[in-house]
Amino acid sequence: MRSRATYLMFCEMRYNDEYRDARICHALAREIGEQTTRPWVLMEICGGQTHTIMRYGIDDLLPRQIELVHGPGCPVCVTPLETIDKAIALAAFPGVTLVSYGDMLRVPGSSSDLFRVKAQGADVRVAYSPLEAVKIARANPDRRVVFLAIGFETTAPANAMAAWQAKREGLSNFSLLVSHVLVPPAIRALLASPQNRVNAFIAPGHVCTVMGYQEYESLVRDFGVPIVVGGFEPVDLLEAILMLVQQLENRQARVENQYVRSVNYKGNVAAQQIMNEVFEISDQKWRGIGTIPRSGLRLRSEYAAHDANALFRMDVITADEPAECMSAEVLQGLRKPIDCPAFGTLCTPENPLGAPMVSSEGACAAYYQYRRHAREVTGA
Amino acid sequence: MAGITCPTPLPAKDTILLGHGSGGKLSADLVREVFLPAFKNSALAELNDQALVNIAGTRLAFSTDSFVVKPLFFPGGDIGSLAVHGTINDLAMGGATPLFLSAAFIIEEGLSIEVLRRVVTSMQRAARIAGVQIVTGDTKVVEKGSGDGLFINTSGIGLVPEDVRLSANQARPGDKVILSGFIGDHGIAILAQRKGLEFETTIESDSAALHSLVTGMLNVTNEIRCMRDPTRGGLSSALNEIAAQSQVGIELREDAIPVREEVRGACEMLGLDPMYVANEGKLIAIVAPRVADAVVSAMRRNTLGRDARIIGSVNQDRRGLVTMRTGLGTTRIVDMLAGDQLPRIC
Repeated sequence: MRSRATYLMFCEMRYNDEYRDARICHALAREIGEQTTRPWVLMEICGGQTHTIMRYGIDDLLPRQIELVHGPGCPVCVTPLETIDKAIALAAFPGVTLVSYGDMLRVPGSSSDLFRVKAQGADVRVAYSPLEAVKIARANPDRRVVFLAIGFETTAPANAMAAWQAKREGLSNFSLLVSHVLVPPAIRALLASPQNRVNAFIAPGHVCTVMGYQEYESLVRDFGVPIVVGGFEPVDLLEAILMLVQQLENRQARVENQYVRSVNYKGNVAAQQIMNEVFEISDQKWRGIGTIPRSGLRLRSEYAAHDANALFRMDVITADEPAECMSAEVLQGLRKPIDCPAFGTLCTPENPLGAPMVSSEGACAAYYQYRRHAREVTGA
Repeated sequence: MAGITCPTPLPAKDTILLGHGSGGKLSADLVREVFLPAFKNSALAELNDQALVNIAGTRLAFSTDSFVVKPLFFPGGDIGSLAVHGTINDLAMGGATPLFLSAAFIIEEGLSIEVLRRVVTSMQRAARIAGVQIVTGDTKVVEKGSGDGLFINTSGIGLVPEDVRLSANQARPGDKVILSGFIGDHGIAILAQRKGLEFETTIESDSAALHSLVTGMLNVTNEIRCMRDPTRGGLSSALNEIAAQSQVGIELREDAIPVREEVRGACEMLGLDPMYVANEGKLIAIVAPRVADAVVSAMRRNTLGRDARIIGSVNQDRRGLVTMRTGLGTTRIVDMLAGDQLPRIC
């Protein structure tokens, strides 16, 4: 969930040296080992954090009693099947240009994916920012340009900005197919589940850069779990894990911020304002999990003229996933990707069966890309 | 765990997708399932970047490559210089001295002749510097909308010295892996130029003809097993091909692989891994351990190999698998790219 601003910040800090320093990492891992006396299950929410853990083998540095499970914070993975089906249907509409973030293109819908629709002639384009889609709409007044606006609180401000700009300019050929999800209600749903085994959470640093971390206070209060806002580099994650272990071992529960170089308590107020101007909170379907109350965003009625769902009567499209799909359990941290019988055999990145194998932030893809040798070597 | 099923898999093999051109697994599938069965012969079966053929006792390397890069002009080169360098490098990776090239142009109706002239001038310049001649060619024009401005195909032939035998199936346990310099420059230079990527960058493509570097290496030893230029699919795909064809494991050391700070930053921002980003002026060589240092020294005497270094070694533990020793001392897999490396959303 990185932005241009974070990139510039990275460059100034030479982040990869400081925050990937092996000596610091090993010292943190040692301290975690010394402080851990009991088994704890920790969940990192964000797929970017999962990716770092797998890429650097952070879990290999931890004591056996610490188990990391991977959360639902992969925006591509939790986008519901029906949103993908709607996007595919929209792309096939005459005169429509569908613009999307790149890794949505391979996510399987009910019967196709956007890559295949594109190969069959639909005008599907990849953009890094929704504002590119606004540009395309401006330059092609004869096309109806739809942006597939998915993601967590990190992408919401930019998507809101695109809608706001289109409305201000009277750009009637630009609309958004919105499927936005929010982190705190998802954590609440996980904690409220009778199956929950997570003792503490690493909250997603980039989401909190936008939203701050005040909204996590009520989770700590209601469920008594420690939450630490964490960054995305190895040192960040190890430090966040240490902070969680210290709270757990001392029977404390509060919200702490490890990612201080990017996150403050109130977050980016200007970004929150544009989100509130354009979006309102709604119930939202999560792929593999189901509907979570008040866990998503939809366009406010003032923006109906830019709402693809209404404009193209997309509400008629619904799709329910097979309830038994394994990815649901992976996304809730109940199972590890390698527990799936299809992992690495029937289900691979080139032939993904579920979304977590598609996105590079998906837990299955991270395991496949970096760890399938673990199973081969240990014979697990 | 009976009863757990996933959503129905989609048939992956009915349509050509962009990923089939990415140099990763889908490309390899296409070669294995469509082209190899149709064209079956011993020169092709070697699956190297060039075919080695023998004509009346003369060993010739023969190769072809098509160039569809967008934009046509980018920092550090253009489609013309790239088309010359690309085929020269495919020949050079077989140890050949490149001699003659062909050039075929597929031009979209409406292209400015001035643009074509600039491209051709650049090709001639690249060929002259490399000491090869473009001796035959072809031109086709397609209707507006049927092409993307300009596509170029080049083919080339070169002479292979009698004692040179380089092939991707010759890596042996204990061998060292040498990389000639910084990775990712070309791919990031192109991405940065493309529409929509408005960040400041000074990154230039590394596009260059590598045969002089190769000659210098071959002068040192005849114990170079194989060479590859890690173009499409990047370092990772090239090494995975060698690991698969030689049935060996390859372990890299992450801290030994040189990536420029700007390239690393751009990759972080775009959600790309430099290991998968294209290079057009780099090579990897698998060499016998006892000559590795000498080969690196020879490479460093050439500006194209100034930053050459050993980045890993060949083992017999994990056959067909490329692994990476991370800076933290843990190990992970360096997989071949499944499809296109997609820009991540966050």
